[in-house]
Amino acid sequence: MTIKEIQKELIDEFSMFDDWMERYEYMIELGKSLPLIDENLKTEDKLIKGCQSRVWLNAEIKDDRVVFTADSDAIITKGIIAILIRAFSNQKPEDIIEADTQFIDEIGLKEHLSPTRANGLVSMVKQLKLYAVAYQAQLKN
Amino acid sequence: MAFNVQEIRKDFPILQREVNGKPLVYLDNAATSQKPQVVIDSIVDYYSNYNANIHRGVHSLSQEATDAYEGARKKIQQHFNIKQTHEVILTAGTTHGINLVANGFTEFLKKGDEIIVSALEHHSNIVPWQMLCERTGAELKVIPIDEKGVLILSEYEKLLSENTKLVFVNHISNALGTINPIAEIIKMAHKVGAAVLVDGAQSCSHIKPDLQALDVDFYVTSAHKMCGPTGVGMLYGKEEWLNKLPPYQGGGEMIAEVTFKKTTYAGLPHKFEAGTPNISGGIAFGAAIDYLNSIGFDEIEAHEHKLLQYATEQLTAIEDLKIYGTGVDKTSVISFNIEGIHPYDIGTIVDKLGIAVRTGHHCAQPIMEFYKIPGTVRASFAFYNTKEEVDALVAAVKKAKTMLT
Repeated sequence: MTIKEIQKELIDEFSMFDDWMERYEYMIELGKSLPLIDENLKTEDKLIKGCQSRVWLNAEIKDDRVVFTADSDAIITKGIIAILIRAFSNQKPEDIIEADTQFIDEIGLKEHLSPTRANGLVSMVKQLKLYAVAYQAQLKN
Repeated sequence: MAFNVQEIRKDFPILQREVNGKPLVYLDNAATSQKPQVVIDSIVDYYSNYNANIHRGVHSLSQEATDAYEGARKKIQQHFNIKQTHEVILTAGTTHGINLVANGFTEFLKKGDEIIVSALEHHSNIVPWQMLCERTGAELKVIPIDEKGVLILSEYEKLLSENTKLVFVNHISNALGTINPIAEIIKMAHKVGAAVLVDGAQSCSHIKPDLQALDVDFYVTSAHKMCGPTGVGMLYGKEEWLNKLPPYQGGGEMIAEVTFKKTTYAGLPHKFEAGTPNISGGIAFGAAIDYLNSIGFDEIEAHEHKLLQYATEQLTAIEDLKIYGTGVDKTSVISFNIEGIHPYDIGTIVDKLGIAVRTGHHCAQPIMEFYKIPGTVRASFAFYNTKEEVDALVAAVKKAKTMLT
């Protein structure tokens, strides 16, 4: 599936819920299914700056696609990064670079899009894209 | 006038609004307090009716503005029982006041001298002293805390010596709410000839310190924690100290005579007030002090104490909830965690329920390190908070706990 298709799928899943509480409960559920980063990769350089909770993000290239794994010590943050990874992992670097995060708004988690928000969703997206840029350069060489 | 919290709440327009579809429950008062209409009006009044630069114009408007600004300084002096009006320096806030003193001490310190700070300090209280130590070669010593978040005075005593030049401590810890025994700390420092600077940013909304009785050398605070506006604060310094300290910033208003060869500085307080000050802010600071005194600090303390006791009882009843900062002397701040749940998660859910609390390290990472935690959830109560709001907090925390475990 393309990033757009996955984002559409996420929007549909979240549209089933009537209120924020159900959305958050689902997000927490998604957090539990997050593809976890290898414990020995939880190092300082995998930490994303700008989060109140700690978030580790790792990227690997498999064939021509970037595969992300992550973890966080806060469960809501874990939910957010799980949503992002579902949308962006196993995709080509150029598609990750071009993708936008409008769908976060559409699934009713708009409050997390503010750049000053302490959970650092914006920092996470930036980091995902930085990895994609790096791998794109690597693949070209 | 009897204390009536429902009447008091009507003074604060913001308390009437909703957040996320729920009535706002504002429990982040340690970060900043809300503003009553009279304070907001005083700013509007200044800009609408007598906006002019102060201290320099002979025209009537300038005179009116100067009178109002200097009137505010007088109010501050009386409120804190400061001996002389010119010992009140109006600053941009607590951090500004601390930096002003730290900068001035550069000239007084040399290698081998020591500065003592407490382990309960806010970052703004640690960094300027580290910078001062780097500049001068002086050494920074730290008064440790015990498990309850209380300073260990016997350890403090051991740190004091004739090398101690300055002791710096907050009156009340922003992260835990612990009230420090500053009268004793000041006395002990004076015995070895050290000066003491107390940070009152967290205290002045709860208590009314008598600065002459405390015999403190410097005291700093911010208006915005006391129902006043942001960007204005006070530095009190004993006259002899303020005369000794060099000016911090150069500019207009702080000079007596200027030639290209030499400038002589103005007397106190102007020596430390370069440039056009925050005039509306100063005036509104005065209005805030009047407002707080019209409520009465005894009443404020009594009401907040009741809220603290009630909230402590209710929160403690939640299983796995731990409160940090359990000293006997504390103000209405509760810093807590629930075992196995990140404070950020609780803060997020509680916010969705319309309740404003603070989560994180509260700019006091050394305290968090002491307790080996990433941060806490902090609820801080003001005199305009109610028992019902405590109930709302407790219900929200319980809800968060259910969702997150």
